[in-house]
Amino acid sequence: MAFDQELDASGLNCPLPILRTKKALGKMESGQVLRVIATDPGSIKDMEAFAKQTGNELIESGEEGGKYTFLMRKA
Amino acid sequence: MDEKKLAIIATKGTLDWAYPPFILASTAAALGYETQIFFTFYGLQLVKKNLDLKVSSLGNPGMPMPAGMDKWFPVLLQALPGMEGMMTSMMKKKMASKGVASLEELRELCVEAEVKMVACQMTVDLFDMEHGDFIDDLEFGGAASFFEFAGESDICLYI
Repeated sequence: MAFDQELDASGLNCPLPILRTKKALGKMESGQVLRVIATDPGSIKDMEAFAKQTGNELIESGEEGGKYTFLMRKA
Repeated sequence: MDEKKLAIIATKGTLDWAYPPFILASTAAALGYETQIFFTFYGLQLVKKNLDLKVSSLGNPGMPMPAGMDKWFPVLLQALPGMEGMMTSMMKKKMASKGVASLEELRELCVEAEVKMVACQMTVDLFDMEHGDFIDDLEFGGAASFFEFAGESDICLYI
């Protein structure tokens, strides 16, 4: 799926992936999609929780080769 | 969505205990919470301009140490001069290797996210500290000013 921006949060631990995601979304337009790459296993639950509480839509969440990827559409 | 409020009281001044207030405050801010931290007693060390916090295993049998040291290393030896510095540097290395943010970075993220930080003026007086010892983005107040915010908070934590 296409995305507008990408954020590589690999190697970062809680809460940095969420804080970086928030910052990246802040610079984007409503409706645009951010792709986040993370290695923190906790980010799976955290990204869901972040989306639920901020109203941004978590479109996709997956794992490939020890990396977790997320697609988030800005509300 | 109504803006929720988080109020935290930070009372501890060691490296390990400095993390929970800043992690929770920065994350809450990212989730859209209006957040305030009230720093009192040893918690004031967390808002000094120069962060020089140490970790101590003394009185903390739950702290894991490298090489199984927590299993055999006598408590009495942990009290020797230099041990605290060694443990602090080991903890910092461990944190950096696991991608855990430094305290300076987390604190800066809180400032950026407009987490309101209030220092207890009574403690400042008690320990003969100066306002100039602290970071700029800090207000000074008392218990009543804490309750002004905490009374309307959705979550209130004492750390």
